[in-house]
Amino acid sequence: MIKVENLSKKFGEVSAVDDVSFDVAAGEVFAFLGPNGAGKTTTIKMLTTLLKPTSGSIEIDGLDPATHSNEVRKRFGIVFQDSSLDQDLTAEENMDLHGVLYHVPRKVRHERTEMLLRLFELWDRRKDFVKTFSGGMRRRLEIARGFLHTPKILFLDEPTLGLDPQSRNQLWTHVKNLNKTEGVTVFLTTHYMDEAERVADRIAVIDHGQIIAQGTPDELKKQTETDSLEAAFLALTGSSIRDESADSADQMRQMAKMWRK
Amino acid sequence: MNAIYILWLRELKRYTRSRAMIVASLGQPLLYLLVLGFGLGPVFQKAGNGDYIQFIAPGIIGMSVLFTSVFSGIGLLWDRQFGFLKETLVAPVPRVAVMVGKTLGGATVATIQGLLVLAICLIAGFRPVNWLMLPVALFFMILTAFVFAGLGVAIGSKLQDIQGMQLIMNFVVLPIYFLSGALFPLNGLPSVLSVLTKIDPLSYGIDALRYVLLGTSQFAPEISVAVLGVAALIFVGLGSYSFSKIQL
Repeated sequence: MIKVENLSKKFGEVSAVDDVSFDVAAGEVFAFLGPNGAGKTTTIKMLTTLLKPTSGSIEIDGLDPATHSNEVRKRFGIVFQDSSLDQDLTAEENMDLHGVLYHVPRKVRHERTEMLLRLFELWDRRKDFVKTFSGGMRRRLEIARGFLHTPKILFLDEPTLGLDPQSRNQLWTHVKNLNKTEGVTVFLTTHYMDEAERVADRIAVIDHGQIIAQGTPDELKKQTETDSLEAAFLALTGSSIRDESADSADQMRQMAKMWRK
Repeated sequence: MNAIYILWLRELKRYTRSRAMIVASLGQPLLYLLVLGFGLGPVFQKAGNGDYIQFIAPGIIGMSVLFTSVFSGIGLLWDRQFGFLKETLVAPVPRVAVMVGKTLGGATVATIQGLLVLAICLIAGFRPVNWLMLPVALFFMILTAFVFAGLGVAIGSKLQDIQGMQLIMNFVVLPIYFLSGALFPLNGLPSVLSVLTKIDPLSYGIDALRYVLLGTSQFAPEISVAVLGVAALIFVGLGSYSFSKIQL
């Protein structure tokens, strides 16, 4: 379903992604793990047509995102690291807007909106503005929205960041269910190793822009002679701390948070 | 087409739901109208230019259309920072459709705002010479709104943070406003100022409003239509171009 060969992305002199290759089969749950700044989000941006690769090839359901971007965009849903909802619209309006942008016929749009909002336990709050939602509710709404146009692939970029264990647990249960019932391929990144171990069929570990290990959770543990995925991860990537510099968008978000309080 | 419609509708919903913002945004024109209108009125009258409220009302309407349309485009900055922009950029619709929806929405909102200010002017004592010309005034408001909604999107696509907004306000929006003849007549100005006012598209928008509402004007109305039309094409084109170049 996703086929990546020798993918690289350079920003000036810096290689964010360096000669990365992997395959994700249809229906698989694939976890992409790595420390901050390892190149996870850059890879997702290239897979989802937001960035053009410097070199290498990508196939999404047999199509190149660079040349067939609209065709590729119809085939995936994405939940970004930070919210991409319109907070001044209601949950239902966010769903509807998404459905129209993805050319989902009105009838299907309404049926699937109801089905997904009920599944993610947001149906009773559908008429409420998103700005009144908690972090967990927003994430659920975003994931529900990602499923609305029946995508073949769902990208989840750190979807559980900042959620309590209850919400995280519930969120993955729903994703796993939809993975089974709708056969959607899931490509996720997370910093919570227990989540990756629980939901992922296969895992790739990326560090400094390169894939340093790939396999099932058990294979990775065996390879590093550790007994948990977290230990395996640390064995592979070392324990030094990576600091990302904050860009203007991060600063803005900080300010926005201050204003809300 | 549906994508353009739903994004236009989004702009409209956001506008009509922020009632506090609407009231706040009417405060400034009201201040200009009442303080300047009545404050400078006697001086204006003595200089032999007639009733200042009559003169300034089209200028204040133009100001509201300018501010509302530019800032709706600059709203892209918020969409960018709060993430909604990403949702539209990964959707399977051409970017130009997203841009057109945004611009149409901004222009619609700015026109509504212009009409609200017109209503306030009427309450404050402004009287158009010919009521039947009001639809033509509406046409010029729409045209002006398009010019500056396009400019707003062009700027909004480039802006990275909120500090830039202050810069745009002081070095783009306010000069466009003050050089437009919204507050003073354009005849008999020093030559540098006169040239600047003539390259300001808003001058033509406000002048056309004066032509329609008061029956007096500096430029021929055909020229105003032509300048506004060309400016709208240029700025909307520029807006689509810079919007198509957005990288996240």
